[in-house]
Amino acid sequence: MSNSLLEIKAISGHRGGTPGKGVSRDYDVCKLVDTTTCIGCKACEVACLEWNGYEFRDTTFDNTYQTMPSTEWNFWNLIKFNEVEDDNGNLQWLMRKDQCMHCEEPGCLIACPADGAIVQYTNGIVDFNQANCIGCQYCVTGCPFNIPKFNTATKKVYKCTLCSDRVGAGLEPACIKSCPTGCLHFGSKEDMLNLAHNRVEQLKRETSHKNAGIYNPGDPNPTPGMSSPGSIGGTHVIYVLHDKDKPDQYSLPADPSVPFFVKLWKGPLKWLGGLGMFLGAAALFGHYVRYGPKPVDEATTQGRAKE
Amino acid sequence: MSSNIVVRHGTDLREDEMVRYTLKERMCHWLAGISYLYLLASGLALFTPYLYWIAYILGGGGTIRFWHPWVGLLFFVSVMWMHSIWKRDMKITADDRRWSKAVKNYVTNRDDQLPPAGHFNYGQKQFYWAMFWGTLVLLITGVLMWFPELVASRAHWLMPIMVFLHCTAALVTIGAFMIHIYMGLFFVSGGLHGILWGRVPVSWAKAHHRLWYEQMQRDDRSRISSSSFKPGADD
Repeated sequence: MSNSLLEIKAISGHRGGTPGKGVSRDYDVCKLVDTTTCIGCKACEVACLEWNGYEFRDTTFDNTYQTMPSTEWNFWNLIKFNEVEDDNGNLQWLMRKDQCMHCEEPGCLIACPADGAIVQYTNGIVDFNQANCIGCQYCVTGCPFNIPKFNTATKKVYKCTLCSDRVGAGLEPACIKSCPTGCLHFGSKEDMLNLAHNRVEQLKRETSHKNAGIYNPGDPNPTPGMSSPGSIGGTHVIYVLHDKDKPDQYSLPADPSVPFFVKLWKGPLKWLGGLGMFLGAAALFGHYVRYGPKPVDEATTQGRAKE
Repeated sequence: MSSNIVVRHGTDLREDEMVRYTLKERMCHWLAGISYLYLLASGLALFTPYLYWIAYILGGGGTIRFWHPWVGLLFFVSVMWMHSIWKRDMKITADDRRWSKAVKNYVTNRDDQLPPAGHFNYGQKQFYWAMFWGTLVLLITGVLMWFPELVASRAHWLMPIMVFLHCTAALVTIGAFMIHIYMGLFFVSGGLHGILWGRVPVSWAKAHHRLWYEQMQRDDRSRISSSSFKPGADD
């Protein structure tokens, strides 16, 4: 958001100092998806394709409304349809917009070995820079939401950018722009959490969804009514769910975390390995200085001492 | 045609020299060695950002990501070839166990207090088996990491474990490799010469691999140059 470009410097006809001078609001961006008002129209899928210049992919028909099983390298935004029974045996048809969650602690970025291939902006957007991508797909390994997708032709990985190009110019993401029911919102994380909390209160008050809540995985400061499983430090895409304790009903991971072995590999193993190689080389050098090369003479011929 | 060079097993021998490695063994060793060096360099580039500069030298990140698996296959083939040649020589024997108990004397150049070793000493065999098992782990995990898009869609949980094991196995082989390089280039003079051109002086064989030398005296005199055929020529 480019509001920082519009800081007040002076105002006319005002007595005294300039109010608001030098003040800028520093905030994280956030996308709020209210699954309770999503109608599965897929307008966001189309808007995403149009803005990012991709053609509509061939869909796979499986006797449901599901366009395809998962997001693809050129299909970053997908409505997931799920039919589940609630506790009273009533059928629920759940729709959820699936895309990159823009984690505060991004597994893709942690796992990536290529210099500058993945960037996290201060506003929370996690973006791929394909120019630096080497196609190793460690990011696929590190992502708890199975979002980065490989293009076998370009040998590079792609995913939702949260429309970093639009957001950088002060616009909202294309998907938000297209939503006809107003189930998609975009703004600061603080504002989106407030909006989500109001909606959750309304759902509890006016509907039978008494366990409605916010899905904001890994948030270090969860509030009542928020479900924050896992350990990815919160996300810059949050959901309002009919039942915050059953994220798996929406094909959301119940415990999203950067995989343990990725942390082990990028943490202790990297440092111990580096230290081991360094100390090993030093030890070998020390050995050479102390003992030197093995001479070939009678005194060093094996087993002579016992003869 | 009176030359004092004898050719045995693709190796030129002069007086009082022995065939340490046949031409086939040398070719196999260097195929494994050179492919391992590439794998080491490209692998380290992906291991830590502090060594990512290696990627630029080797043609860029995308280039090493393309070649690393192919060279890995070549390395695997060379190790399997090596296994077919040296599998029997690498068996740990009772002599090795005796030698291993006195390994401190080897490390500190007190070789006269060391039981005699065969064609390969216990340390060389340990290096071989570390590389052999490391290669198997690297191959299995590496093939899955070659095409993660096929694995991740079915068993996403598997990939982090594969990468971790690949990394760990690589570090184990690197540790062994560093010692190997130190031994071959610096510690055991004459060793590098032996693996390059295949010949070592008889005195070297006696000093470092006495059991092997004695066995060659008995079983395979074709490995020893003509002058040492004369009875009483040694000692």
